[in-house]
Formats: sequence, structure tokens, C-alpha cells
Amino acid sequence: MRFSLVTTFAAAMLLAACSTPSEEASTTSGSGSSGSTTTSSSDTQSGAIPGPAAGTQEELTVEVGDRIFFDYDQYNIRADQRGTVEALAAWLDSNPAATLTVEGHADERGTREYNLALGERRANSVRDYLIALGTNPGRLSVVSFGEERPAVLGSNDSAWAQNRRSAFVVN
Amino acid sequence: MMSMQRFKSRLAGQSPRLAPALLAAAVMAFAAAVVAPAGPAQAQLQVDITRGFVEPLPIAIADFFGEIPEEQKLGNDIAAVVSANLERSGLFRPVDRGAFIQDASSLRSGPRYGDWRLINAQALVAGNIQLQGDGRMRVQFRLWDVFSEAQMTGLQYTTTPANWRNIAHRISDQIYQRLTGESGYFTTQIVYVAEQGPQNRRIKRLAIMDQDGENHRFLTSGNETVLTPRFSPSTREITYLAFQRSGGREVPRVYLFNLDTGQQEVLGEFPGMTFAPRFSTEGNSVILSMAKDGNTEVYGIDLRTRRQQRLTNHPGIDTSPSYSPDSSQIVFNSDRGGRAQLYVMNSDGSNVRRISQGKGSYYTPVWSPRGDLIAFTRQHAGEFYIGIMRADGSGERMLVRDYNVEAPTWAPNGRVLSYFRTTRADSQGRITSKIFTIDLTGFNERELVTPLDGSDPAWSPLIP
Repeated sequence: MRFSLVTTFAAAMLLAACSTPSEEASTTSGSGSSGSTTTSSSDTQSGAIPGPAAGTQEELTVEVGDRIFFDYDQYNIRADQRGTVEALAAWLDSNPAATLTVEGHADERGTREYNLALGERRANSVRDYLIALGTNPGRLSVVSFGEERPAVLGSNDSAWAQNRRSAFVVN
Repeated sequence: MMSMQRFKSRLAGQSPRLAPALLAAAVMAFAAAVVAPAGPAQAQLQVDITRGFVEPLPIAIADFFGEIPEEQKLGNDIAAVVSANLERSGLFRPVDRGAFIQDASSLRSGPRYGDWRLINAQALVAGNIQLQGDGRMRVQFRLWDVFSEAQMTGLQYTTTPANWRNIAHRISDQIYQRLTGESGYFTTQIVYVAEQGPQNRRIKRLAIMDQDGENHRFLTSGNETVLTPRFSPSTREITYLAFQRSGGREVPRVYLFNLDTGQQEVLGEFPGMTFAPRFSTEGNSVILSMAKDGNTEVYGIDLRTRRQQRLTNHPGIDTSPSYSPDSSQIVFNSDRGGRAQLYVMNSDGSNVRRISQGKGSYYTPVWSPRGDLIAFTRQHAGEFYIGIMRADGSGERMLVRDYNVEAPTWAPNGRVLSYFRTTRADSQGRITSKIFTIDLTGFNERELVTPLDGSDPAWSPLIP
């Protein structure tokens, strides 16, 4: 009595309506960046101080960047992302009091359980590289959010590419 | 406490059988007795459910008779729930009661079979309700085969009137079992994740309801993200993942929720993230994934000692474990071969073999309660599927295909599956996720309507 019949017709229409991923990418990434979790450092600082305070999330975001990206279903650190992790290691060196949570995230393509594992792998790839670069493991913790916390809204290639990420959070 | 009496027949006398004692708070007390048939005729009516598409069997379900308005109300309500259950199974077509010739009152002295043949009812259900002096209600029902003019089953229940819906489900199970030869699945609940809000601020709460969507209630407040709830074999406990907030951080961990006490507890303090929990067949342990030092392995956690046992040993991702109903084997998900595929191992972790062979990726395997099949999520060429295969990987069949369908769960008779479907998000991150059920044959897909969006359904075993 509380069920409604789903016709194969409706399912077919749904499929048809969903088959144009590339066209909506530009509009989605525009609104996505406004909905992203990055804090905008310029708004939170008063005019008196030039630039963010040392060792803060704001400084890390401005000077290093607060995330790197991964390929689909991969957890190895891409060659074009290594520089960010190396800069992160240097930043941790010059801010010895800072401790870091490395988050791992997946795009929504995949199951929730598998994406938790994938996010955990991505976070650990960053942790492992930081340790290889000399960071003390005691300053690093990892957490996976799987596909639960997308940075960019929408269901398209551009959003997914930005959601397959590891984010760096200063504790 | 629950006690259940069975009577082989009025003449043979009673042979009482006590079911195991269960936690008192949630289980209603009732007594059931077989109502003997009027004559010795053997009924032959059977729904053939081995074929793919079944023409639903026309069944007439009369309002249960009552002398007074309170009884009549209960009688109408029970008949309506029975009718809706049987209709939803896809195997039965309740005959329009406006066409009925014989009334509920005269049915008490037996059916006039000709009246029911005339409206093409092949099976007939009738019953009556009596409110007793002690405040309890007596419900009696009978099922007849109209064409061979024989009673197929009859039962009598005595319980409190508040349990009328539960009794309606038990009667539905009896009718389903008698006509299909398989056990019913109507006296069950579904626990799931109720969802609302945009993609990046989606609120996810545990919720539970009867299999028909009734008696819905939320179990958690929504302050913490929850995922993947699963029932214990006793139906009184749930294990699930929650992102617990502590000191501004969120930590994903496996929890237990006791449905009788409402108490939640973390499964244990483990060195790494724990997720993807499921109870063992006996309910004395939970298998899950634990990520230690960057490697996700399958572990068993003994619920009494909380001792952990590592079951996989591979540098790849090993997750989503599910026991076979005889506990001898575990099916799980691993990317050890490159992409995510399904593997089966002995329950001690030995003899690992890959069972999925198709293109794309396979996830969330779950063993059928009958033991013969494994349901899974498959992703291939940009689409998702819910599929089934035999435990050795043969006979793979896709039941549903869509942009995103995920996380199958079995009804306890291994005949019906539930899963969820998510739509593409728009640029504002608006999505919908809905729970569906489908027959094993791939027919009869229905939406299970929930107050909010729904995902991660888990079907309970039959409630004792």
C-alpha cells in the first residue's frame, strides 16, 4: 500500500536524461567552488595583518594548498601532485608545532564501503610520502570520509575529479 | 516472553512447543493454534514461482468478521494489510472486494465455493475477530482452495488488539507459505539510512520500519553521519558505521545498537578505522574491515571477548565481508587483482578464490539466506547494476541497471531483494535516493516509500 510500481519506462527515461556529462561540467564547477569546504582566508583576516598567521590552516592553504587529487579508483600519488606533498613536508618542517589530519575522499562512483577503503588508502599514500620526506609520524593522523563529503557539487567528470582527493587539515 | 502453541489437529490434541525466550520489551505475546479443516479433502492449489514471470494468482481476501464495531475495524484493518502484503509480492492479485457475492458473516459457516468461482477467485481468505473479556483479541483465519473446495490452512491467534498489524503479517506469511511452498517474509523489518539535504551537507540517520513501510521510527538524531546498518540474527541488534565527533574531529567506527534498550556502543577500540560490519550467522561475532597502517583487511571480532582475528592477509583492499548461512565461508570484496572483484574464502581465511569474472568492478557481495546465491553491486561502463550469481560465480544475472544502484540485501526467504537507487546530482548538489524491492527473477520492482530519502537498506530475518 505504501509502494508504487516502477515501470521500466520510467527507468529508461531516467537513463536517457542522464547521459550528457560533459556539457554541464562548466556550470557545475563554477557553483561547486563556492560550495567547497575551502575556507576563504582573505575574508577572515583583518586588514592589519598582511597574510595569514604562521602554522595555521589559512597559511597552509595559501602557501601550499590544502589538497591533492587522484585518478579514478587509484591511490598512488600522481606525478603532478607530488610537488604539493613535498611543499607540505617543508611547511611542516618550518611549523614544528603543527599537527595534521590527512583526510581521504572518493568520488561518488563506487559503493560507500569500497570508497571508505579507497579514501583511507589515499590518505595513507600522503602520510607515507610525508614520512618518507622526513615528517614525524606522530604529527600525522589519517581519516577516510569515503564519498560522504564531496568538495564540489554535481555528478559529472569535473566534480568527480575534484572530489577524488586528500585534504590536509591543521589540528 | 513469547509462547507459541501448535495444534496438529483438534483430534490429535496439542503438542506445545516453546520458542526460545527473547528480550521481553519488544516481543509481543501471542498464542497460535491451527484451525482444523471441515473435511479431509486435499487442496492442490500452488503458485509456481520457479518461472521468471508469474501471472499473479487471483485471491479473495474478505474482511475478517466481527460482531461489534471495534472488532469490525480490526477485521477490516487486518484484511487490508494481508491484501497489501500479498499484492506487493507480485505473486498474488487480490480480487476487488466490490465483486464479492458472499458476505463476511455467512463465511463463518463456510464458503459457497460457486460464489467465489464466479468472480474468478482461486483462493479465498476469511477470518473473524473476537475481543475477549480479558482484553485480548482472538483472531481466526482460514485459507481455501476455491476450485478443489478444500481448506488449505487455518490458524487462531490470541494476543492484545495492539498487535493486530503483527498478526496480519503472520497470517500473510502463512498464506504465502501454503500457496508458494516457500516461507514468507512479511513479519520482518528493514533498517536503513534516512537522508536529507544536499550532497555535501547530507544528514544521515538510522531509521527502522516494517517491511511495508509502517511503524517507521528514527533511531539516531542525525548529528553523526551513519552508514551500512545490518541486523543481527536475533533481529534485536544492529551493527553500523558512524562518524563519531570528538574534539572537532570525526572518527569512523563500527557501533552496535540495541533495539530493545536503545543503547549504542562502539564495538571496540581498534588501532585503525573499522567499517563494513556484518554479524556472523550465529550472531556471536561481527566481521568487518579494519584499516591498519594503510592496509584494509577483513577481521572477525568476537562479541563476548572483543578479541580480533585477522582473516585476510594481502596488501590490497579487502572489504565488505559476508558469511555464508552455514558459516563455513565468507564472500568479500578485494582489489588484489587490479579492480575490485568478489572472492570467497573459508571462514578461517584459507582457500581464497575469485568468483566474479565479468568486466568492470564488483562490490558489496551478500550471501543469500538460502545459501545458493550471492547478490552484489556491479559497476561497468559508467553504470551500476544489482546482480546475482551462484556461490561458485556461475550463472551471473543482472536484475537492475541504472545510473547508481547499490547495496543489495535479501529478504529472509532468499526470494526478494532490496537495494537503493540514487539520482545524478544537479549543480546545487540536489540528489534523491530511494529504496526499492525486486523479485529474484528481476520482475516486480517496487519503491518502498519512506518519509525522507532512503539508502543502505538491510532486511531483518523473520521476527520470532
